[in-house]
Amino acid sequence: MILGKVIGTVVADARVSTMGGQHLRLVQLLDGRTLEPQGGIHVAADVTGAGDGELVMLSSGASARKAGNLRDAPVDLVIIAIIDELAGAAGEIYRSARKEASA
Amino acid sequence: MILCKVLGTAVSTRKDAQLQGTKMLLVVEVDPQGEPLARGTMIVIDAVGAGRGDVVLVATGSAANNTPQTAHAPADATAVAIVDTVFGGGKVLYSTTG
Repeated sequence: MILGKVIGTVVADARVSTMGGQHLRLVQLLDGRTLEPQGGIHVAADVTGAGDGELVMLSSGASARKAGNLRDAPVDLVIIAIIDELAGAAGEIYRSARKEASA
Repeated sequence: MILCKVLGTAVSTRKDAQLQGTKMLLVVEVDPQGEPLARGTMIVIDAVGAGRGDVVLVATGSAANNTPQTAHAPADATAVAIVDTVFGGGKVLYSTTG
């Protein structure tokens, strides 16, 4: 899975029936050590309810369609988790605002 | 499959239901000597009990679903083995014993 940051929303009412009604988010892919942009901006289906600015985990390909009720959906990139904490070799890299608030 | 080094862990409470109970590792792809590449960080599901510093074998794509922990999970990368030694050209390229 890859890390990304939600940077927007894609609205598309005319869609094929197998697409379902799930939200489509605009995501910027990130490097997992620096959280700096690395790779492009993609559109991902979202089964988690992620909002703008949140760090998320994305799954791609056939495996991604095991999420939610996407089995027959024509999607190849899915937000499958919202990251609360990320720890690397030198300790904590990221802690979500939601986690900060509850700490 | 690819070789990756475990850098740390990722924690998530809001996630797909099929990911409940899985352990998530932050990893970076490495060369056969175990040295991290400039790019190639990702998050993988841990199916073998790996820890920080371990070099692991990561299965990607639908193969990542062929473990008991990930059979029904939307995982496209799973750590499926902890690497002890890598041999190449008649030499030990990587070994846990140094």
